[in-house]
This record gives sequence, C-alpha cells and structure tokens, in this order.
Amino acid sequence: MSEHEVTLTINGESVTRSVEARTLLVHFIREDLSLTGTHIGCDTTSCGACTVLMNGKPVKSCTVFAVQAEGAAVETIEGVAAGGELHPLQEGFWEKHGLQCGYCTPGMIMTAKNFLAQNPNPTEDEIRRGISGNLCRCTGYNKIVEAIQYAAEKLQADAGGE
Amino acid sequence: MIPAAFDYHSPQSLDEALSLLKQHGGDAKILAGGQSLIPAMRFRLAVPAILIDINRLDDLRYVEERGDHLAIGAMTREHSLEDSSAVRSSYALLYDTAVVVADPLVRNQATVGGNIAHADPANDHPATMLAYGATVVAKGPNGERTIGIDDFFTGLFENAMTDDEILTEIRIPKPAAHTGGAYTKLERKVGDYAISAAAVQLRLDGDTVAAARIGLTNVSPVPMRAKAAEAELVGKSISDAVIEAAGKAAAAECDPSPDLRGGVDYKRDVTRVMVKRSIQKAVARAKGGK
Ligand SMILES: Cc1cc2nc3c(=O)[nH]c(=O)nc-3n(C[C@H](O)[C@H](O)[C@H](O)COP(=O)(O)OP(=O)(O)OC[C@H]3O[C@@H](n4cnc5c(N)ncnc54)[C@H](O)[C@@H]3O)c2cc1C
Ligand code: FES
Ligand code: FES
Repeated sequence: MSEHEVTLTINGESVTRSVEARTLLVHFIREDLSLTGTHIGCDTTSCGACTVLMNGKPVKSCTVFAVQAEGAAVETIEGVAAGGELHPLQEGFWEKHGLQCGYCTPGMIMTAKNFLAQNPNPTEDEIRRGISGNLCRCTGYNKIVEAIQYAAEKLQADAGGE
Repeated sequence: MIPAAFDYHSPQSLDEALSLLKQHGGDAKILAGGQSLIPAMRFRLAVPAILIDINRLDDLRYVEERGDHLAIGAMTREHSLEDSSAVRSSYALLYDTAVVVADPLVRNQATVGGNIAHADPANDHPATMLAYGATVVAKGPNGERTIGIDDFFTGLFENAMTDDEILTEIRIPKPAAHTGGAYTKLERKVGDYAISAAAVQLRLDGDTVAAARIGLTNVSPVPMRAKAAEAELVGKSISDAVIEAAGKAAAAECDPSPDLRGGVDYKRDVTRVMVKRSIQKAVARAKGGK
C-alpha cells in the first residue's frame, strides 16, 4: 500500500494532501477537500453524477485515482459561479427548470460547460449526444436540453456583445 | 466500493515503465484509461498488488498515417479518434466504432490500447481490429515485436503479450481503392456494451467481393472473426441473397451466452441483422457513398 503527496489545483486554488493510492478522486474531493457538490450515484461508472473537469475535460471522478490528478487543474461545480455570480448554465437550469431532485445537476453542468466550450452553437441532437454519459432519473432530459440551449444563447450573446 | 490497497508507480518514460514491469512481474498491472480496470478493482474482481500508471507517457498518444498504415499510439484516448481528420476521411469502420464505445465521458479517459489489451469480447475495438487485419506492437525488455491481430486474442481477458510487455501501437492497413467498411451495434442504451455488433471491411472488384473480413462483438467468449460469413461473400457478386447468406452464416458460427441483454436465439438473430447492415453500408462506401 502506498501513500502519496498530491498537489493539484481545485477551482483555481492549489492544494497539497497526502492520499492513499487507492483513494478515488471523487472521495478525495468530497471527503478530503469537503467539496460535496460532486455527487456519487452509482458503483459502476454509469451515471456521471461525479463528473468534474480534469484539465478541462469532463471525466467520471469515481473512476480516476486521486494520485492520477497530480499536477492537474480540477474544476468542480463549486468553481462554476465565478465571483458569486451564476454561470449562464446555472441560470439556464434555474430559468428552464432543468432539475427536479438536483442529484444529477452538478455532473450535467460540468459536462455541459466543456460541451459548450467545444460547440458554442449546438443543435438539439448534438446536445443530447453531448450529455449522453450523464443520467437523470427525474426530468426526462427535455428541460435539461432547454437549459443548455438557454446557456448557449446567453454565452453567444455575451461573446458577441464584447 | 473502494479498491483493495496497492502500490502505485507513475513512470515518466516507456523504458522506466518496462523496467518496473520487469521488476514486479505478474504482481503488477498497467493502468491506462482505467475505465475497465478501476471498475473491476472496485468490485474486487481485480486485486493487483502494484499499478503502473502509463498516463504520463505522452509519446504514446498519436494518430497518424505512415506509409501503408494508420498508426495509433496505445495511450490515444477514444475521443481523439472522433476528432482525427485521417480517421474521419479514410477509416469509416474505425470512426463508426469510436463513436459508439461507452459514453462521451468514458471516451475522454479510455484508451485505444487499453480497449484492445483488455481482450474483452464485449469491447468494440477487438472486432473492428479483426476486420481491419490490424497489427499490434508490443514492447518488452528484449525489444519490440509485432503481433497479427488474428493471433492476439487468446482467451477471455487474455492476449498474446507476456507479463513484461506493454502494448505501444496499433497499425491499421491503409484501405486500398474500392474498399469500404462499417460498424453496426445494437445497444440497450448509450454507454452499454453491445447486445451484438458487427465490423465489416471489404474490397470490391466491380460488383464482386474481392476480399472481406468480419469481426463480431459480444457474441463469443473470445473476440472472433466470422470466417464462414466471410466465405459467403468472397468471390461472389454482391446481392441481397449473398448478404443474407453471410448474415445467416455469422448467426450460426457465433457463440453467445444468455444474459440480461437477451437469450441465445435472440442474439444470434441480432448478429445476422448487424452483419447484414454492416455489409450493406460497407458496399455503399466501397462504391464511394457515405
Ligand atoms: C460504463 C462503461 C461502459 C463501457 N462501454 C463500452 C463499450 O460499449 N464498448 C467498449 O469497447 N468499451 C466499453 N467500456 C470499456 C472502456 O472502453 C474501457 O476503457 C476499455 O475497455 C479499456 O481501456 P482503458 O484505457 O480504460 O484500460 P484500463 O482499464 O486502464 O486497462 C484495461 C486492461 O488492459 C491492460 N492494459 C491497458 N493498456 C495496456 C497497454 N498499453 N499495454 C498492456 N496492457 C494494457 C490493463 O492492465 C488492464 O488489464 C465501457 C466502460 C464503462 C465504464
Ligand atoms: S458515481 Fe456514477 S459514474 Fe461516477
Ligand atoms: S434532477 Fe433528479 S436525477 Fe436529474
């Protein structure tokens, strides 16, 4: 069994902790860093509730070891509202009722954030494919798609306005 | 669940990884994308004493055409295949496959090398690489060797590499003129393994099938080629009857197990349909269609 010192940035802030090699990134984030916005919804790498951005890419943090994040920039839902102001995605989920219980929401937002960075002007079909690794048991997805469309339009308008 | 404890190494070069592997022999496992290995460790189906994480080996991440083949570095993430212009333009069978492996989040981590090395008949790349007649490059303490894909899969989760070797590259022959390929997969939902899937790569000489290779997914204990189905095609002028005969041959020669995804008869029939659809698409593509 090996113990390792890990240094990474979490939502822009550098942290160093000692972790057991077998510690999963999601447990490190929730238990060692006390950032409980990242959820755990399954044992089988199926649901995406644990999605975080690792060096900009959405990954299932229940299927990465914390030691593997050495030197990485990790972003969680707690880092999305810059300066306390809701991100257009968060606003979209609010305005379009993109959540019911909210369990899947942090993962959905992290996936959608990277997705919109890659596809600023997506079709509905592209959005549905983009979030197909994140499961929602409540909404039936339609409202989530509308929330992401809302954010895409807002981000486009903001970018165009500059 | 939490995996059993293990020692973790993160080598910075392939040579360092190989010497760690040599030192620890059968106690060590390579950690690539971790999308098969970590779930298995969480269920304690895999309990490796030592993990050698090769994610720092950026030299093993590339997709490039080299002379007569496409070379794919073992640590290439699945999503990079979707983004590759070479794959999009000339390797339709590979592109079809890459977009149906697991889900977009898993594809950000999972590697092409890991998908093949895992030798899981449920994985999508083995069938595709069998249809392409690909070559696997393995590196060990005594240097590099190539293994033809027909000799690579030796059992369920077993491949022809030794404990001290690392899969470094996959080579796909560049398709000749009038060649087409396609992958068709039936899955219960996005992110699930195939109920059955068929990879077809064929070359036409006019309307006659000059060459054909077919791989099947998740309908046998070891990734398999559908040789009887291939034999129904080669030398024949393509027609609905020939395609149906190939589909029927594949249904007869596969060896599925009943499980949550269906019973044996159902899976055989799905295999027939997947093979037919892949042939139809491959033929259309060989003739210059999409
Ligand atoms: C929810 C879910 C759904 C999935 N659905 C599909 C699907 O539909 N189709 C599909 O094809 N796959 C699917 N997968 C599997 C996924 O594609 C795996 O990532 C892939 O099979 C293994 O790749 P990896 O890089 O993650 O390898 P790892 O999990 O890191 O390794 C797998 C095995 O291969 C060995 N290995 C890896 N790389 C090397 C190497 N370079 N040299 C020697 N040995 C090596 C490891 O030691 C280990 O034994 C799914 C996975 C999940 C979690
Ligand atoms: S907790 Fe379900 S995929 Fe990570
Ligand atoms: S809102 Fe409940 S799971 Fe998505």
